[in-house]
Amino acid sequence: MSAATVPLHEIAHGRAGDKGNRLNVSVIAYSAELWPLILAQVTEDRVHDLFRHRGATRVVRYVLPNLRALNLVIDEVLEGGVNSSLNLDVHGKTNSFRVLGMPVEVPDALLPRLAAMRRG
Amino acid sequence: MADKDRFLMGCGAGFSGDRIDAPVSVVGCIARSGRPGAIMFETLAERTLALGQVARRDDPTKGYEPLLAELVGPVLPDCMRNGIPIIGNFGAANPPAAAALLRRLAREAGLPDIRIAVVLGDDIRETITLQDLEVWEGDTGLHGGTAAPTSTMVAANVYLGARQIADALLQGAQIVVTGRVADPALALGPLAAHFGWGWEDWDRLAAGTLVGHLLECGSQVTGGYYADPGYKDVPRPEAIGFPIAEVSADGSFVMTKAPGTGGLVSVRTVTEQVLYEMHDPAAYLTPDVTLDVTGIKLEEIGPDRVRVTGVRGWPLPPSLKATVSFPGDWLGEAEISYAGPNAMARARLAADVIGRRIDMRRLPVRRRLDLIGALSVFDSDQGSLALETAGELAEVRMRLAVSGAERLPVEQSLQEVLALLCCGPAGGGGMRSRVQNRIRTVSYLVPRNMVSPSVEFCA
Repeated sequence: MSAATVPLHEIAHGRAGDKGNRLNVSVIAYSAELWPLILAQVTEDRVHDLFRHRGATRVVRYVLPNLRALNLVIDEVLEGGVNSSLNLDVHGKTNSFRVLGMPVEVPDALLPRLAAMRRG
Repeated sequence: MADKDRFLMGCGAGFSGDRIDAPVSVVGCIARSGRPGAIMFETLAERTLALGQVARRDDPTKGYEPLLAELVGPVLPDCMRNGIPIIGNFGAANPPAAAALLRRLAREAGLPDIRIAVVLGDDIRETITLQDLEVWEGDTGLHGGTAAPTSTMVAANVYLGARQIADALLQGAQIVVTGRVADPALALGPLAAHFGWGWEDWDRLAAGTLVGHLLECGSQVTGGYYADPGYKDVPRPEAIGFPIAEVSADGSFVMTKAPGTGGLVSVRTVTEQVLYEMHDPAAYLTPDVTLDVTGIKLEEIGPDRVRVTGVRGWPLPPSLKATVSFPGDWLGEAEISYAGPNAMARARLAADVIGRRIDMRRLPVRRRLDLIGALSVFDSDQGSLALETAGELAEVRMRLAVSGAERLPVEQSLQEVLALLCCGPAGGGGMRSRVQNRIRTVSYLVPRNMVSPSVEFCA
């Protein structure tokens, strides 16, 4: 089965929040069919790779099949958070879309139906 | 369960600075329903309280939410006449002063005899010594987050739970003013009081806590902070209805909003907010209960109606969390725009020049340079990501941010951006800058026996 590479944003939505120097990002599948793709491809390592340049020390992935969602908790990623960060976004709230920019592979057969799945 | 047995818990503000007309539709909806209900206001971020302490030091009648009158005033008469209690942490650093203002507003509205309660005991600045407390590592390495002398504290407040709020309501309070409490307690308090939930009825307490967690950011569960055009569209985002939870005695609830308002309530909006600022979804710690959302079920049962069931709770954690604030660093920021042909190259040159000037002058600051429009918020302070600008950008804004222990070198750094107006690359304009003294916070764990919360009714 052939697959296409698309941003995670095509198949999932999410939100970021901070507590101190720790960030959490939810990744939520737009439909049940897309959930296995997210579970298989949005791994702790791949998420860590997106934040290593900012000094992230650890990523913990919590899996919530009841919500078809992942909760990604990323440690030491906010340059000290609101106490000391020089980043324009001291809370790191824009980072949900850094995660949603991650490339994922989606089977060709699903591609024509992605927009319909997002409409729900 | 019959509709009339449900309690309507609404939210009128999700942060200090929220839309001030938001509470009107919430109060109207609860009043028209003919059912019992209450409205909460959450206006207290981590640093807001320290700012309140500073304001109170300068003027003993201040230190509470600055927009309190604008936020609560317009709905105060309707709430009182319809038996809708108001619960808010808008007392911030001075709950008695906030209560006095509300008393005055009520009198002006022809309501001389309302009962206002104040929850006290969260302010532990005078009663604790930091050496006796354990630093909480849950924030993981907030820079400079280690011990500092007790004498330099600006504010020290423990997160109280829902019990005092419930007690105040059971004693007839029509308004409950708090300082620092766990945000979800603003909903759990009225729910526990109304349904008579026991303080070891963990599943019910957890359900009330999830109600509060979903409400505490206001419109973030009804279409706020959600719109992504073409992907997740939100109807009338300029008029989003703030949330109302219809809660049953067993703790199950329906999340909704007032009819005729903008925004939306869907499984997707609720899911985003369930996980907002959450770490371990099986153990969300609050002063009253440990919340577990790993077994919850969300169902769309009608337009803008999501039913939430299956919330589990576990015993409360042994300690309370306190936020202690200290004076922090000086943060300076300055920006300047470049537009049109070769804008990117001119902005990069400007950033390069600023870096060299700060080095030449040996200014003792930590610095960061951004090219807003090309790459900023996703990058590190060192600028480790590769710029991915395929073509020329129409506009770029160069930004300098500096941090220092003293104000002067921070201001001197920003002055270098101003100097670009004459000495920098061609065509720079729109320079803006600001300096602020930040507040530094550290979280501590406080044994429960060191805290004595209480309720006082205002004369």
